Amino acid sequence: MKKAIAALALAGMLAACSSGGEATNASPEQKIIQVGSVYEPQNLDNTAGGGQGVTEALSGNVYEGLFKLTDDGKVEPLLAKDQKVSDDGLTYTFTLQPNVKFHSGKALTSADVKASVERVTAENSKSARKSNLAVIKSIATPDDTTIEFTLSSRSISFVYNLSYISVVNTAAGELTTTADGTGPYKLGEWKRGSTLALTKFDGYWGTAAKNAGVVFHYFTDATALNNALLTGAVDIVTSEQSPDALAQFDGNADFKVNDGKSTTKLLLAFNDKVAPFDNVKVRQAVSQAIDDQKLLTSVWGEYGTLIGSMVPPTDPWYEDLTAVNAYNVENAKKLLADAGFAGGFTFSLDTPSYDPHPTAATFIKTELAKVGVTVNINTITADEWYTKVYQKRDFAATLQEHVNDRDVVWYGNPDFYWGYDNKQVTDLVNKAEQAATADEQTTLLQQANKIIAEEAASDWLYLYPQIVVASSKLSGYPVNGLNAQFFAYGIVKS
Amino acid sequence: MIRYLLRRTAILLGSLFLAAVALFVLLRLLPGDPANALLPVGATAEQIEAARRELGTDAPLLSQFLTWLHDVATLDLGHSLISTLPVGDEIAGRLPVTVPLTLAAFVLAVLIAVPVGVLAAARADRWYGPVINAVAQLGIAVPAFWVGLLLVTVFALNLRLLPAGGFPTDGWGDPAAAVEALILPVVTIALVMSASLIRYVRAATLDVLNADFLRTARALGAGPVEAFLRHGLRNAAVPVIAVLAMELATTFLGAVVVESVFTLPGLGGMLTKGISQHDYPVIQGVMLVSTATVLVVGFLGDLAQRLVDPRLLHRAAS
Repeated sequence: MKKAIAALALAGMLAACSSGGEATNASPEQKIIQVGSVYEPQNLDNTAGGGQGVTEALSGNVYEGLFKLTDDGKVEPLLAKDQKVSDDGLTYTFTLQPNVKFHSGKALTSADVKASVERVTAENSKSARKSNLAVIKSIATPDDTTIEFTLSSRSISFVYNLSYISVVNTAAGELTTTADGTGPYKLGEWKRGSTLALTKFDGYWGTAAKNAGVVFHYFTDATALNNALLTGAVDIVTSEQSPDALAQFDGNADFKVNDGKSTTKLLLAFNDKVAPFDNVKVRQAVSQAIDDQKLLTSVWGEYGTLIGSMVPPTDPWYEDLTAVNAYNVENAKKLLADAGFAGGFTFSLDTPSYDPHPTAATFIKTELAKVGVTVNINTITADEWYTKVYQKRDFAATLQEHVNDRDVVWYGNPDFYWGYDNKQVTDLVNKAEQAATADEQTTLLQQANKIIAEEAASDWLYLYPQIVVASSKLSGYPVNGLNAQFFAYGIVKS
Repeated sequence: MIRYLLRRTAILLGSLFLAAVALFVLLRLLPGDPANALLPVGATAEQIEAARRELGTDAPLLSQFLTWLHDVATLDLGHSLISTLPVGDEIAGRLPVTVPLTLAAFVLAVLIAVPVGVLAAARADRWYGPVINAVAQLGIAVPAFWVGLLLVTVFALNLRLLPAGGFPTDGWGDPAAAVEALILPVVTIALVMSASLIRYVRAATLDVLNADFLRTARALGAGPVEAFLRHGLRNAAVPVIAVLAMELATTFLGAVVVESVFTLPGLGGMLTKGISQHDYPVIQGVMLVSTATVLVVGFLGDLAQRLVDPRLLHRAAS
């Protein structure tokens, strides 16, 4: 009791010296948007392992590319004013927007674009995009506003891939701790473990940001993040990680819960090279034995969607394949018997230790027990997953979330960690990349996608929801968060 | 006294060295690789090898250890493998959160525990003596993060008196906001810590109250309060000081958890992030600084005990 009284007295005493909130009568252009996120950058450089947090905070805000991927998944020109493609599809010539300046005041030239692309393809680059750009044979800069890429083979995704490449001023210094881009915001102070501030750049070449700046607040704990939104310490949460928290915002007029489109897929990935999962029938049986809808509901309630393959609805080559290898326990038993496993078998499921993987693993274990398959859940850290599964391929099956859009092409690479090796799919994926038109690419990838779905190359359990919760005073924010981007320049706080 | 000081300093330095060796070896025994934290899914085998070379984690362990020892001896804690920032700078940047948090929680815990503990012992025969004892027992069993969540729910979410977490962007540049941000974390740690302290204080006080010298003092005419203040308190303080030094170390551990509940940019957050990324220089730096702090506090605790009770000094010297 004494303790409680002492605590109360202290709290009351010190709360009296409360600091005032921001002026409410300021116009929207003068307001700073407070953003809550769990993705703090590791450093500020995407070619040095900065991680998802760099994309979220800096892409489109501080840095811009020749092209941008819009919140709807379209590729639009950004720093490139116009483009010319040679008839053989091997030479891309781009003219840059005029009068573009870096935050440091330096004018943007084609040499900066060249240097920025070369940082991604450099030997010590840690970018996930490095292999996508291997197709570039040479880069020429005939004048300050023209850049010309020569490719070693046709690449229909080339322009799309360029949308991921930030144009940076390589002369600005150590880009792991500073930033010099051309975007509508310049980097303010980054207090590690706490906040990263962006302030409006007055010399921006395009349409100016509709707010005075953005502060990203970083949290390690989802509850703390939601509490910050409830108490008004942040205005918006970029992506809710737990459905439990949504109840307190749903039906509360002060907040808006946005159910956007996601590209994050939860996979039960088999090691397709090793028995028993080298057998198509075993994979189909396991896929059909698991009730994905029940799993999704138990994890996300009414949010999220089922997918029948690796392709999310925002990819141009999406088709509804949920009927392929759909839930059917009797058929699963039959397939197992056909494959010679009438008495079932046992396998070890490498399960990352963080949500939702342990829940999904337990569910899968229960489901597969019904068809006589025994699952041993082996819980591992993200780090162990990377070494054991991704690098050494020492696994039978694993759970993993795959976040990127347009990543069905990994099934065309027999060297990828799941080892799916189907020559027809590899050919289709390669041909699609060399297609002359987007329509042709779409048709070919749809074919590839159908094959992997039918062969149950992996079991695609569900597509995550992408939930942005914001104060109802906010408008103009992105809701889909494709590729983990978060364009902040359109946000208005009334 | 000087001989004691010299001997104790030698022990301090020796312990620090042993701690450094143990820390280095244990970290390297953990499975995993800092290169993993830098590379996304999609990275090629060549990219992984290149990262390892660049980080220097492919060098022989002994040479890595000697390099680190040399750097530490010259007060250089190295650079983070992940963020590339100097570890020393980052620790210095986070001390303004963790140090006030730990010290304030410690002081508050003592302010709560000493009077309450003495009261529980002196009034063991009244109804509230056993009640205090029982509440303290319960307090020991409650985890710090739970107390934190409870305080947040009451004072931040319902009463809206205090922030639910975070630290002002300009830190102590805005003292009122910084103090506000630390109140709930401080109270959380202090409550949990005082629970165990109350029991120590109570036990030590009971021992003293039943001691012969106190009965003698009473027999010579001193009142109960006067006898306890003049003769009892100093004697009861000796075991409590030893516990306090240890408790200060526990407070730091508590801070690791509580900082995460309240999203405070302190050493705890830096340590947990460093561990999840296998960022050896960061983990080594934070652990070394905290180990040194704990050892120095223990050292000061020993000294304080000997100042309070000089008999210990003669016993040690003889």
